[in-house]
Amino acid sequence: MSDSKAIFLKDATVNAADGDQRAFIRKALGGYYLNRDLQKARYRDWERARDAASMAKWSAVNDLADVLEKFVGNFERNGGVVHWARDAAEARAIILKIAEDNKAKAIVKSKCMTSEEIHLNDALEKAGFGVVESDLGEFIQQLRGEAPYHFVFPCMHVKREAISELFTKHLGTAPTDSPEELTMIARRHLRQLYVDADIGITGANFLVAETGQISITENEGNARLTAALPRIHIALSGIEKVVRHLDDLSVLLPMLATAGAGQPMTCYNTLYSGPRKKGECDGPEQFHLVLLDNARTRLLADPEQRDALHCIRCGACLNVCPIFKNIGGLAYGTTYQGPIGSVITPHLRGLKQWNHLSGASSLCGACTDACPVRIDLHHHLLHNRRNAAKESPTLFDRVFHHGFNFVIKRPWLFATGGRIFRATLPLLQKLPVPYMRAWMKTRDLPKAPARSFRDQWKNEHA
Amino acid sequence: MAPDGGESADASLAILAEQLAKLKAVLIRVPDQAAAAQAVAELATAKNWKKVAYHGHPLLRPVAAALPCEAWEADASFEKQKLEGCDAGLTTCESIVAQLGAILVSSASSGGRALSILPHVHVVVAEAGQVVPDLGSALALAKARHGDQMPSMLSFITGPSRTGDIERILVLGAHGPKELYLVLVG
Ligand code: SF4
Repeated sequence: MSDSKAIFLKDATVNAADGDQRAFIRKALGGYYLNRDLQKARYRDWERARDAASMAKWSAVNDLADVLEKFVGNFERNGGVVHWARDAAEARAIILKIAEDNKAKAIVKSKCMTSEEIHLNDALEKAGFGVVESDLGEFIQQLRGEAPYHFVFPCMHVKREAISELFTKHLGTAPTDSPEELTMIARRHLRQLYVDADIGITGANFLVAETGQISITENEGNARLTAALPRIHIALSGIEKVVRHLDDLSVLLPMLATAGAGQPMTCYNTLYSGPRKKGECDGPEQFHLVLLDNARTRLLADPEQRDALHCIRCGACLNVCPIFKNIGGLAYGTTYQGPIGSVITPHLRGLKQWNHLSGASSLCGACTDACPVRIDLHHHLLHNRRNAAKESPTLFDRVFHHGFNFVIKRPWLFATGGRIFRATLPLLQKLPVPYMRAWMKTRDLPKAPARSFRDQWKNEHA
Repeated sequence: MAPDGGESADASLAILAEQLAKLKAVLIRVPDQAAAAQAVAELATAKNWKKVAYHGHPLLRPVAAALPCEAWEADASFEKQKLEGCDAGLTTCESIVAQLGAILVSSASSGGRALSILPHVHVVVAEAGQVVPDLGSALALAKARHGDQMPSMLSFITGPSRTGDIERILVLGAHGPKELYLVLVG
């Protein structure tokens, strides 16, 4: 069993039994369901909007090399600098070098899951750079020393009392149980940090090939401040974030907000096309964009699951997933949690280590229904199971499948087996078969029929 | 397929008013420039603003001149600390999207990147003719206006800054402005 699987099983068992925490998550998501449906109802045709959104991503991802090249040409023409990173190590080295070359003292970051993917904070801190997360949820998780629980709502599992205690401990503020007061504490604390920072690091939600702009979506205004005040702006993005046309955003931006958070539009959707231009009074002097592959091209090479690269990271599939809601986001042990994480992590980090996530699904299809860009999520989980059985079958796979194959091809053996099985079925109820014990605890086996189906059929149709 | 943005100018304005109210942004409609200046001055008095930073734009200069408090044209020199100390930032915008209640500001129309995000209150003064039905129209307009010389920042602002990070409970004023006013002339 891989380490990641052992941790997953342990965490999932503990979390699924924690009724309190599950109720808390359900309550936190309650408002989301309502708002999402209200906003969806405003669309003249939500299903057609999904078609348009998925087409926009499909058309860019299926022609990725050309579209990326076009984007980079326009981005550079606007005065930005592009850095290509094959993997996490290269991306970290590029960003560290920019920080070192510019003798950076303070770094402020806005929310960027790609930076979690490459463990950027660790690398920066080890090299002696102070780095502060400015998104409230990420700030709280940074203080807790914990990975994000949900890639859109990073600290949705933390109760206000715990946040108050955390702030008292780290910031020396008086305890409070008001979310508003807690938000204001973070606001006051972070304000000066933006003003003092010399590097701002952000992610990117979309790269617009037509204009060479990057688009950043956020609610709090922290990314706006991060890209406005420090003298250097570094954006980190996966190569799959590109779209062809500026107009593609007219469908993608509202859908991202509605599907993921039940909003008509996220509070700030900002397009950046370079460093400060001549005649502009502020903005950074340098604008760097790190374009990360990190096994995305491996996923691109798989025609069956390529559409997983269409993901706009809205988080809708997590919000509706019965597995996510019961085991929580931390159990996954991945950068991207929930159904999309279960689909792509085996591609990004190895099928052998991460195949157990393919089973972390009830195959109800709620994720596929929720996805604004129509990624066939639950079928991809099945595809991963099939690929894993082919690539590195487990002992169970081998014994069971070969055994089944052997028996099914020999009618006499099948009939004998059936007879034995029918006779011993009542015993099975009491037998402590390890795989079945949990299942049997609350279920009774049916009574075995006296004769097999084939026998009955033969008699009736004789 | 996308949400309705209104078939006529009046319909768009009605949708805009409804969206802004839901977003907890305040829409103030005034007949002319003088009334705009008066409305902002009244806000400044009511909220007891001491210092307001503004973008030096023909639509804004008369408004700034009528303010009962200190007004600072923030275009020329960029001082982060001084801007942080301002109670409000006064900008124009590129366009306003009725469909979503979004206001498109840019580093050109808003005197840079920070003026519309760093002060605690953001006041936008715009003309009613700047309202467009939907996001697509706003993007097309920006493209037509700037061509391949886009301002280095274009930002759709949809209500005052907000967060739901603590127990998914909505709080306004996370890092950006806590209050957003749109003064629409005409
Ligand atoms: S897979 Fe679809 S639903 Fe899930 S985060 Fe990505 S875009 Fe959203």
